[in-house]
Amino acid sequence: MLDIVLIGLNHKTAPIELRECLAFSKDETAAALETFKDYPAINEAILFSTCNRIEILMTAEDKSHAIVDAKNFLSTVKQVPPEKFEENIYIHHGDEAVRHIFRVASSLDSMVLGEPQILGQIKAAYYTATMKKTSGVILNRLLHRTFFVAKRIRTETGIGDHAVSISYAAIELGRKIFGTLEDKKVLLIGAGEMAELAVEHLIRNKAADIFVANRTFERAVEIANRFKGKAIRFEEITNCLQLVDIIISSTGSPDFIIKREHLKGVMRSRRNRPLFFIDIAVPRDIDPEINRLANSYVYDIDDLKGVIEENIEDRNKEAIRAERIVDEAVIHFRQWYESLDVIPTIIDLRKKMENIAESEIKKTLHSLNHLSDDDCRAIYKMTNAFIKKVLHNPTFFLKSNGCHGNKSLYLDITRKLFKLDD
Amino acid sequence: MKILINITILFYALSTAGYIFYLFFQKNFLHKIGFYLLATGFLFHTSFIGYRFIQIGYMPFYSLHETLLIAGWAIACVFLAFQYKFHLKILGVYAAPLAALITTTAYFLPKEPAQAQKVFKSFWLIFHVIVIFMGDASFALACGLGILYLLQENAIKNKNHGFFFRRLPSLDLLDTTGYACIVAGFTMLTLGLVTGFVYAKTIWGRFWGWDPKEVWSGITWLLYAALLHERLAVGWRGRKSAIMSIIGFAVLLFTFLGVNFFLQGHHGVFTQW
Repeated sequence: MLDIVLIGLNHKTAPIELRECLAFSKDETAAALETFKDYPAINEAILFSTCNRIEILMTAEDKSHAIVDAKNFLSTVKQVPPEKFEENIYIHHGDEAVRHIFRVASSLDSMVLGEPQILGQIKAAYYTATMKKTSGVILNRLLHRTFFVAKRIRTETGIGDHAVSISYAAIELGRKIFGTLEDKKVLLIGAGEMAELAVEHLIRNKAADIFVANRTFERAVEIANRFKGKAIRFEEITNCLQLVDIIISSTGSPDFIIKREHLKGVMRSRRNRPLFFIDIAVPRDIDPEINRLANSYVYDIDDLKGVIEENIEDRNKEAIRAERIVDEAVIHFRQWYESLDVIPTIIDLRKKMENIAESEIKKTLHSLNHLSDDDCRAIYKMTNAFIKKVLHNPTFFLKSNGCHGNKSLYLDITRKLFKLDD
Repeated sequence: MKILINITILFYALSTAGYIFYLFFQKNFLHKIGFYLLATGFLFHTSFIGYRFIQIGYMPFYSLHETLLIAGWAIACVFLAFQYKFHLKILGVYAAPLAALITTTAYFLPKEPAQAQKVFKSFWLIFHVIVIFMGDASFALACGLGILYLLQENAIKNKNHGFFFRRLPSLDLLDTTGYACIVAGFTMLTLGLVTGFVYAKTIWGRFWGWDPKEVWSGITWLLYAALLHERLAVGWRGRKSAIMSIIGFAVLLFTFLGVNFFLQGHHGVFTQW
């Protein structure tokens, strides 16, 4: 019976320096899977590598041998001595390995709970493995179950609901104010990673024109080019307020850049269309008094952090429900996995045959009332002998090593051919 | 045929329950159930009013019982129409209980209709009443939307992202839908007033008679006219517009009920007990 084994390290067990050394790019993954063929103890293998984790999922006849091989593989391919990562590695097998992969794909094991990228990354890794033919019956089934579980958790729980990053939280707020962000005009004041990320999100949500203001005009032009926007001079900001709907500010200025009195007259000439200020700067750029004005809304970094904290709490609550779904899926998978053993399959096969024979005999004897009990018994006897003869060769084949070491494949085919899993 | 009104109330109550469950659990099928229940209730309601019309030979709106029945019917009708157009699911939480409440109140009021007078059988009068009720129902929805707007704006301004923030739609949608309700209501009210004048001319030989109901209807009309004018001229929107639609509806309620109870006039007969 093959064992499912998972060996890996992630952001909780290994520092970034180590993860960098062991990470595989997409091409490296494909090449590495080729070399797995040099390790006969490993039957099937899939290699996941993201910035937060490197994991090898495999099936093996002899798991301790396979674990040693996997470690050797890592250290030879990445040229890192095994003792360097020995302490950071975790090993799961059987149900625990199954549970682990389910949890990883559903983003229950991620640094940011509920983040959506991980499922795509696992799908890509699985695709590479199928291309290289290193994944077989068991891992195919396991991965399909994994995708199913991850999808179910995403739709049935709120684990991915509500933003947990500053820039996303700002976008969500924008939607609550404007309904749609389509055709909304954006003004970016200053520069900075978070502010620029927010602008990128807005562009992805089909925001219209992007204006960029900066103390140094050259810098404004440079950033504006990146977003295909328009650079404006710092003095033009007040005029620009009539045009734009969303203002993202992130400068190093010690004073407020937009004060309440700047807004005088602006709202009237905007015909009171709402204005949304996102102030990511510390110290703040936008006068908080502006929030008091009708139809203008100001959120500073602390407000946004508050929003995120609430959302994270919600996700944690949802994670409990997600764990239950994982538990359920692990049990289901185990049932299928155990049925892949030779003996249960042969028993199922025989039962299926006997059931068919039984019901056919009953149908026939029903219209043959003249037969004596002895005759009936003879018919039963003959049928049993018939079943035995028919099943003799398949049973022998499955039990012996005639499957060329690919027993699970033949067992799976047998179960499918005779529809034993209903 | 009294059974029809019982069935109507039952469906409105079930629809209310559906929408309240929707408010808490946020499952899409719940608001769909609420919507279809309300639509079914509305059909029964319509057939009840139609039946009464055939039975007594004129539109049944000559006692408080009957006018409230029509008011509940108009709210259900206008809500269904707006829901169909704007898909503002959460509004049912306001409209369904309102329709249920008004219809139930009507159910418990005395039911003897007023003596049919000749004046009741004019086409202008029927048109006048139906249009006015539709207009009033639109203003009732606008008031509800104004309340929802204030709740949502308060949540956003005070950074209090609790129960309502998650459940209410965007400020923009609440505002534009409220505006659409007011435009629709104002159009109906204007039509209703004009047909009222025509009717008054044919019966009493004058368009305007300084009857308290007429005066208060005029005030209501001016109030909504001012709101629309400000919106078109200087872009009044959001909070101010929401507050105005709530005040407007309060005045409207007084015109509808208060005038009849506290002041004398020729509309008094329609709300007699």
